[in-house]
Amino acid sequence: MEKEIIDLEVKDFSFRYAGASADSLKKINLPIIKNKVTALIGPSGCGKTTLLRSLNRIHDLYPGNEYRGEVNFEGRNILSADEDLIHLRTRIGMIFQKPTAFPMSIYENIAYGLKLQGIKDKTVLSGRIEKALKGGALWGEVKERLNDEADALSGGQQQRLCISRAIAVEPEIILFDEPTSALDPISTEAIEKLIMELKDEVTIVIVTHNMQQAQRISDYTAFMYLGDLIEYGETDKIFNNPDEELTKQYISGQFG
Amino acid sequence: MSATDRRKVINKIVLATSTLFAVIGIFFLFWILFVLLKNGFEALNLSIFFNDGAPPLSVEELEILNKSREGLELSEFEQEELSWIEISGLRHAIIGQLMLAFGATLVGVPIGILAGTYVREYGADSKFANLIRDLSDVMMSAPSIVIGTFVYAIVVSPTGGFSGYAGIVALAIMMLPIILRTTDDMLGLVSNTLREAAIALGAPKYKMIMQVVYRGAKVGILTGILLAVARIAGETAPLLFTSFNTNFFETNLTEPIASLTVTMFNYATSPYEDWQQLGWAAALILAGFVLGLNIVGRVLLSMKHISTKKIFKKRKR
Ligand SMILES: Nc1ncnc2c1ncn2[C@@H]1O[C@H](COP(=O)(O)OP(=O)(O)OP(=O)(O)O)[C@@H](O)[C@H]1O
Ligand SMILES: [Mg+2]
Repeated sequence: MEKEIIDLEVKDFSFRYAGASADSLKKINLPIIKNKVTALIGPSGCGKTTLLRSLNRIHDLYPGNEYRGEVNFEGRNILSADEDLIHLRTRIGMIFQKPTAFPMSIYENIAYGLKLQGIKDKTVLSGRIEKALKGGALWGEVKERLNDEADALSGGQQQRLCISRAIAVEPEIILFDEPTSALDPISTEAIEKLIMELKDEVTIVIVTHNMQQAQRISDYTAFMYLGDLIEYGETDKIFNNPDEELTKQYISGQFG
Repeated sequence: MSATDRRKVINKIVLATSTLFAVIGIFFLFWILFVLLKNGFEALNLSIFFNDGAPPLSVEELEILNKSREGLELSEFEQEELSWIEISGLRHAIIGQLMLAFGATLVGVPIGILAGTYVREYGADSKFANLIRDLSDVMMSAPSIVIGTFVYAIVVSPTGGFSGYAGIVALAIMMLPIILRTTDDMLGLVSNTLREAAIALGAPKYKMIMQVVYRGAKVGILTGILLAVARIAGETAPLLFTSFNTNFFETNLTEPIASLTVTMFNYATSPYEDWQQLGWAAALILAGFVLGLNIVGRVLLSMKHISTKKIFKKRKR
């Protein structure tokens, strides 16, 4: 077995929303392994999204939220006050539950992140855009109509557009928050396949409510419950032979 | 009578009454429109667009003019007289009105959009942002004559006289709250996930706003601007104390400037028939202008799902 590298290390991490009276995440410890898929599972409200959104500090868009503990990435604690958030977010991309195509053309959607990085050269842009759309398994469907508005695409295509847009800036890690929960089975299958292909290039963290999906695509699984990380391990172990009684009950569908 | 029958009867009564009142409402609306169109078109002729204000005509002069317009034979004396007649027009008022509206748009739109952006994107639900919202709601319902007097006090008095600039300031102040609130509301319709998606790609906040959020809201904001222009185009009161009026063609904004509204008021209330006619023509032109803006605004709004970029692209071809 190849050597496992920890890409992102969550250490004694607690999180409290602005104005909340209790922590939504309580002293989480979790390694995110490089070039693997880590699934976050657990019943609704257990803090999966909260944890995921801490990893690129998108919570900072809203004032007053409180981080405690550490999240270490590339040798530094990204929770520190002087973290360069703009740089961080180009290294750690994010895909949302609902597709978030910008109100512009397909081409401009993908070009957006690249232009933010100062890439202006037309031929360089076109090359990167083609590569990203191929990586997002969308190229064949849109290569003839790159200048069409992105909202003319189907939901599944839009989600792949968002994935293409995220990989265009060549991030180290991509965070997915229930990326297929709004999609039909065929689009879901396409995106699952895509995620498994992507892990050669990037590290993936995915929140999902779908137990089969977690089993199909993830290498590691973390089970969360009421803001605590109950159990973490290889996906096979979590689903077939968990250590914790709570994990066993959850994956057998007794609650959640 | 069964319960269903009773319900049906009540239903019919309510329907009949509400239809009746709707018809009454529509009747008056069409009456107003009819009077405006009839008198307006009767008064309208090409010379209105090329001549500026002139002194009113005497009864005799008016007779001669009408005779010549109807193509009747004129005596030598009448022809001599006709060549001396100076016919009044509205060119000065139309140009003045456009200058005032354009100037007010130039001042009011950027301030309104930026203030609306502050309130929605930076102030969010803070006390200060809500105070600005409340104040602009108050400003929106403030009588326009009050705004006129305010500008009189802060611009006209200190600068020593009525001026186009003062009129522009008054109209811009009237536009400001409308544009601020439309921008605020339209930005509010842009979903947070779109903002988050831009931030997640490494966009700084100002770029997120200017490149993604504005794009999502631009049709709505554009509509707000058009409706605000339509709103101020019909204002008389704030101009009475500021740009005042003149019967001459004037493009120097440090001087009093004519507007269709004030001109209309002056002409319509004058005792001279030719001036009264011009009043109707001014009313028609103004109504047409406002109607046009409203139609464009509404069409834009109904095409909300289509991006304006597409529209502009098509037009170019
Ligand atoms: N903006 C917020 N402000 C305050 N509390 C919040 C906010 N968002 C979420 N919470 C709380 O934090 C806890 C964790 O929520 P989170 O959205 O992370 O759950 P989740 O595991 O993603 O649930 P789901 O599976 O339903 O998406 C919940 O108790 C929730 O009520
Ligand atoms: Mg969630």
